[in-house]
Amino acid sequence: MAYTPDKPKLAETSEQLRARIPGWGADLDPKDRPSVPREVFDPSFSGAHWEFPERQPENTPRERSIEHAFLTPVFGTSCPPKGLSGVIRRYSYAKYSEGRAAHWLLLLAADRVDTVEGTLRSFVSRRPDNPVTETGILAEGPRHGRRADRGHHLLDPIIVAAPWVLGAALGVAVVRRVAGRSRG
Amino acid sequence: MQAMVYRGPYRVRVEEKDRPSIEHPNDAIVRVTRAAICGSDLHLYHGMMPDTRVGSTFGHEFVGVVDEVGSSVQNLKVGDRVMVPFNIFCGTCFFCARGLYSNCHNVNPNATAVGGIYGYSHTTGGYDGGQAEYVRVPFADVGPTLLPDWMDEEDAVLLTDAVATGYFGAQLGDIKEGDVVVVFGAGPVGQYAAASSWLMGAGRVIVIDHLDYRLEKARTFAHAETINFTEHDDIVVHMKKLTDHLGADVAIDAVGAEADGNLLQHVTAAKLKLQGGSPIALNWAIDSVRKGGTVSVMGAYGPMFSAVKFGDAMNKGLTLRMNQTPVKRQWPRLFEHVRNGYLKPNEIVTHRIPLEHIAEGYHMFSAKLDGCIKPLIVPSA
Repeated sequence: MAYTPDKPKLAETSEQLRARIPGWGADLDPKDRPSVPREVFDPSFSGAHWEFPERQPENTPRERSIEHAFLTPVFGTSCPPKGLSGVIRRYSYAKYSEGRAAHWLLLLAADRVDTVEGTLRSFVSRRPDNPVTETGILAEGPRHGRRADRGHHLLDPIIVAAPWVLGAALGVAVVRRVAGRSRG
Repeated sequence: MQAMVYRGPYRVRVEEKDRPSIEHPNDAIVRVTRAAICGSDLHLYHGMMPDTRVGSTFGHEFVGVVDEVGSSVQNLKVGDRVMVPFNIFCGTCFFCARGLYSNCHNVNPNATAVGGIYGYSHTTGGYDGGQAEYVRVPFADVGPTLLPDWMDEEDAVLLTDAVATGYFGAQLGDIKEGDVVVVFGAGPVGQYAAASSWLMGAGRVIVIDHLDYRLEKARTFAHAETINFTEHDDIVVHMKKLTDHLGADVAIDAVGAEADGNLLQHVTAAKLKLQGGSPIALNWAIDSVRKGGTVSVMGAYGPMFSAVKFGDAMNKGLTLRMNQTPVKRQWPRLFEHVRNGYLKPNEIVTHRIPLEHIAEGYHMFSAKLDGCIKPLIVPSA
C-alpha cells in the first residue's frame, strides 16, 4: 500500500505468469531489449555507404523549415504548393520556425483552403468530388453493422457536411443576386 | 497506377496517378502487395495534421516486391520481397549514427522536430505512401529488409509499424519484473504494447478503452485485465483503488491525438484543431501512474501545443519517455518473438479491404464499424 513500505502483493507469481503467458520474461534482461541503451554509436550498422548522402535534384523550388541549415539531401516531391493555399504554405515556411504557433496555424489554414480549391478544381475536371463515395458513408449499412461509439461521432457529420452546406448556400445566394441584377 | 488520394477532411478516393520514378540514386520503387491503415492515418484523414495536402497518398505500413532500383543501390535487386519500416532514414546523420532512425535529419526538409515518414503529410517530408500499387522507397540500402521466407506477409506488414511501436512503447516503460503496467488504448498499438509488457516481465497488465469489442480482444490476445472507462465516474480514482492507492508502475499512452473521455479536450483538439492533440489519455497516464513511475508515450500528437498536466508530472517525479519508433532496430528481436510464437501479429487483423474500396475502409476504421481493429489494404496489381 502507498502508505506503508512494501509493494502490494500481485495475484500471480512470476512462475505462474511464465507458465500462463507464452514468452513471459523473454526480455526481462534489459540487455535483450533492442533500444537499450537508447543511443549506440555505430554509423556502419545501417548499411549506408556514404557519410553524407548524394543530393536529390531540386527540380522545382522546395519549401523547407528555416530551422534547417539547407535543403535536406532527400525529400518528398508529392503535391508541390499551388494556388492560394500554396502561397500561404510558402509564406508560413519562409517566415516562421516550427516553434511558432503561427507556422502551424497558417499551414492548417492552407489545408482548408487547399480542400476548397481542390473541390472547385474537381468541378471543372472529368471527375468531380463526390461526398457520398469519398466519405465512405456507404459502409454504414447492414453490411458493416452499427457504430460502436455513436456518442463520440455526433460531431463528425456536422464537420463533414458544414462546408458543403455553406458552399451550397453561398452559391444559391450568388445566383439569386446575379439573377436579381439581370432582371433589374 | 491506382492510389489512395486525400481529397480533404474525411474524404479519400482511389485515383489513377503516375507510377513513382527514381528521384535519387539510392531510391527503389516497390510494388505494394499488402498495406495497412494505421490509427495515426486517421489523424490525417480527420484533417488534424498541418500541411496535409489534397492529392497526397497516405500509407506508412506496407510490404512489397522491388520493381526498380536506382544506380547506387547495392543491397536490393529487382524481384526481392521486402518489408519497409515506416521511417525514412539516411543511416549516417548524427541521429541515425546513434540508432535513432526515427529522428533522421537528412530526409525531412519541412520540419526538424520529426523525421521522414511515408505518406504522412508534408510535416514529415512530403513523401507519398504505400496505400497504392507502387511507392518510392528512398535509401533502399538502409531502410528495407528482405522478408524472411518463413514469415507470414500479414505479420510482416504489421511489423513495419504497429507491432514495433507497441513493443518499443513497452521498452520505453523500462518495465521491471513484477511491475504493474497500465495501457491506455486497445487499438493495435495498445494490444501489442500490452502483449509486449509481459515479455519484459510485467506482473500485471491492465488495458483501458471505451470500446468493449476491443477490450475483449485485449483479454484474449494480450492476456490483459481490462477496464471500460465509461463505466467509472473517474478512471484515475478507479486505477488507484485497483493498485492499493499506489498507482501503476508504468503507464503507456497508446491513444494520442484523438483521445475521447473529456468533451472539452476532444472538441478543442480533435474537432476544432486548436491543440496539437487531445491529451486525455496522456493526462490520465500521468495521474494514474505512481510517484517516481514512468509514462511511455506512443500516441501520435500534432506539432501544435497540447494541454498536458506537466505540473502533476513534475510533482510526482515522473519519467516521461517517448519517440517515434526506430523500427528497423526492433526487427531482429521481434523476428525471434514472432518465430517463437510469443507475438502473433495478424491475430488482430479484422478486415482485408481491396484498394478500390479504401474510402469505405477509412470510414469503417474511423467510425469503429463492424468490430474494426486493424484493416489491411490489398492492392490489385
